[in-house]
Amino acid sequence: MNGILVYLLILLIAALLSPAIIQRGGRHAAWLLGLISAAGFAMFLTYAPLTSAGEKLSLTINWLPELYLNFSLYLDGLSLFFALLITGMGALVLVFAGKYMQPYPLRHRFFFLILLFEFAMLALVISGNLFTMFIFWELTSVSSFLLVGFSHEKPEARNAALQALLITVAGGLAMMAGFIILGQAAGTLEIPLLLKSGDIIRNHPHYLPALLLILAGAFTKSAQFPFHFWLPGAMQAPSPVSAFLHSATMVKAGIYLLMRLSPVMGGTPEWKYILTITGAITMLLGGYFAYSQTDFKKVLAYTTISALGILVLMLGIDTDISIKAAIIFLLVHALYKGALFMIAGLIDKSAGSRDLRKLGGLFRAMPVAAVAAIISLLSMAGLPPMIGFIGKELIYEAKIGLPDIGNFLLLAGVLTNVIMVAISLTLIFNLFLGPLKYPGEKPKRPALALRIGPMILASVSLVFGLFPSTVADLLLRPAITSIRPTIDTLKLALWHGFNEVLLMSFITVAAGIILFLLYRKVNPVLTRFNNEVITFRFADAFNKGLDFFLSLTKKKTALVQSGYQRIYLIAIFIMTSALAWYQIAYTWKDMAVNVITPPGVYELLIVTVIVASAIFATLAKSRLAAILSLGATGYGIALLFINYGAIDVAITMILAETLILVLFMVVIYHLPKFTSFSSGKTRLRDAGIALLAGGFMTGLVLKAGQVNLSPKISEFYTENALSLAHGKNTVNVILVDFRALDTLGEITVLVIAAIGVTALLKLRTKKGSAT
Amino acid sequence: MRSHILQMAASRLLPVTLILSLLVFYRGHNDPGGGFIGGLMAAAGFVFYALAFDTREAEKKLRVSPMMLIASGLSIAFISALPALFAGNPFFTGEWISISLPLSAKLKLGTPMLFDFGVYLTVWGIMLTVIFNIMEE
Repeated sequence: MNGILVYLLILLIAALLSPAIIQRGGRHAAWLLGLISAAGFAMFLTYAPLTSAGEKLSLTINWLPELYLNFSLYLDGLSLFFALLITGMGALVLVFAGKYMQPYPLRHRFFFLILLFEFAMLALVISGNLFTMFIFWELTSVSSFLLVGFSHEKPEARNAALQALLITVAGGLAMMAGFIILGQAAGTLEIPLLLKSGDIIRNHPHYLPALLLILAGAFTKSAQFPFHFWLPGAMQAPSPVSAFLHSATMVKAGIYLLMRLSPVMGGTPEWKYILTITGAITMLLGGYFAYSQTDFKKVLAYTTISALGILVLMLGIDTDISIKAAIIFLLVHALYKGALFMIAGLIDKSAGSRDLRKLGGLFRAMPVAAVAAIISLLSMAGLPPMIGFIGKELIYEAKIGLPDIGNFLLLAGVLTNVIMVAISLTLIFNLFLGPLKYPGEKPKRPALALRIGPMILASVSLVFGLFPSTVADLLLRPAITSIRPTIDTLKLALWHGFNEVLLMSFITVAAGIILFLLYRKVNPVLTRFNNEVITFRFADAFNKGLDFFLSLTKKKTALVQSGYQRIYLIAIFIMTSALAWYQIAYTWKDMAVNVITPPGVYELLIVTVIVASAIFATLAKSRLAAILSLGATGYGIALLFINYGAIDVAITMILAETLILVLFMVVIYHLPKFTSFSSGKTRLRDAGIALLAGGFMTGLVLKAGQVNLSPKISEFYTENALSLAHGKNTVNVILVDFRALDTLGEITVLVIAAIGVTALLKLRTKKGSAT
Repeated sequence: MRSHILQMAASRLLPVTLILSLLVFYRGHNDPGGGFIGGLMAAAGFVFYALAFDTREAEKKLRVSPMMLIASGLSIAFISALPALFAGNPFFTGEWISISLPLSAKLKLGTPMLFDFGVYLTVWGIMLTVIFNIMEE
């Protein structure tokens, strides 16, 4: 397990160094980065025999165990399956991007972001604590945001990035709330322990809210209806990003979460209904829109949505066979979709367009890439001998003979696959066969770096299809067993004999061919239908909602923020003292004034000085006199502190008072002449507020004298300062040891304030407005 | 506001204030003092210097920008929380080592001291950032 932790660090360091590597390393620098990712793939592969034997590795570094927050890693068959997917895909995409991103001047930034994403995604799937996972989950959202908006000079890219970010992060926050409920219910957030407490959680009264919140996170991330619309928008990102984040890995994070939590929360009627219905709608919707697109990348985006719907549906059906189908289809989809997105980028690059209507006969221009694409498309269509066929057969098998809405699901599944067949055939014939067609220059043969990824992925699709048992036992079965421990065998084969499933496959292919032949006639009609009849667009509705929210907050700000400091101060003083007065008055009768010890001569003297200088400050006729007398009250209070032995507080007070005085002295020359601005009325009002605030402090002090807070806390500090924290000064020990986290928070706030002051002053000077 | 006496005093007092502030910071663990107070004192020395000369001179004397002090201070404070993690303890647990010095003296060093030093630098930097900015106006 330490090896994995070290590899995570290596990946993070590689991300940090990647800008330098790309800038200095010449044209082939990206191969090095790809190699780092491939090394991770190889390393994870060495763990496969272990997880295949049912072993589970974990590592926990305590952080805040009282709140169940730890940094934990956990590796079982499921995590390993995803880790291999991420590192393997990452290696190919990095090599691809090395060539693809060459014309972009900011490409060094791109490599940093994509490696950061790979790090976050890998850490997400091997997290052993839900909060560790949450942190990396959000990191993937943020890196996706930056990658979608990579071409930030384009407004549509910025818009799509913001949309993707808001939706996935909002879902992430809901998920966090769900995790908190889960933690409260189970008393732990460690995944290995949660896996054992499924019964407690399923019977907990807060099961449903937790489930809904967590599903919100999974569904937003995995682009399920009605949150699906951010994914087509995210196609604004460069093609390597679409291949890596938005088809093979990041959008699968939600699926991963569902698979991970399936033994914990799955199996209930709520789980089954929500997942199957959402999955089925997403599957059909994605299929329909994919069929009616003309942009190659958009077609792929919608088929991805459809595939994600199928995965959610499979997890919702929640039978042995559907879980098997889910894992295998996930692999199938990652293989063909990753390859196809790279092909889309490659065609865009060499033929100058992604529009299906403008392209054709590309086989002549790029035979190798075309073969890779055709194999991948056949896998997408679910035709033998690709692995896609096995995936589709299993999905059909899972849907046969289900109760209640089972027949509807079966029909929807067949319909979706018919569309997939039609789309695959359309893409094969439109793009690669027939006479050569291109809008601009004659397409060049793509470079090796661009071809190698699709080639490898396509051959894997083919080899796994022909010899499925090679991976079944080593990688797929352990992943399936992690979701459902009762499954201990997995037999995959291309040939199942003549049965219902095969018959359905025949029907699917036949119907798919008909739909393909109709494509040229139907597609323009559907495009018109989409544009004219379906006027409701989720993305537009989202943007309108966002605009409305922004205008609402603008109005609210204008209402609340007057911009006058005196108004703010009045509001703060009145609110604070009113709230405190309520409490003080409520308990007034318990107030025992006799606990006050009679003051000595020193105290009386000091207090007289304080009061006198305070009164003088309000009556002063010059600004200097007012400031100095205010300073005198401050020093007087510091003297009181010394008198009562609070040396630390006194020193701090004196220093702060001095520095503030100096500040006033510096500013005083720049202020307008001291005049009496306030009328008698406002003075009366201010006096009232001052009395209220001052009285509240007095009441508070009196109250503090007799409230019996648990005495153990202060006693604990004084007793243990030396023995536990090696310090005699209790105040300091509290600040830097016992409550160090508070202090860190406080100095951070101070830093933010200092930055704020700098920004305010520097910004004003730059604008050159009058001082 | 250029006074030779003030300038002489400021440049002579600056090292004294700095040494004193470090001393106050160091004794803070057992006697009144600490990073917060030390940081304020160090800032006071430079503010005095800036009053006597001007902020540009004071920043030159400081060599690094106040923002640099803040950044390193906050980083040190944060880093001091990490050794505990490697020792298998919760975040921010104080970890101590004691070094034997000649003449049977012992020097105790711990992460809380490092943390306090971070506080020292941060407070110093914050005060200077705010005050220098306002003085430059």
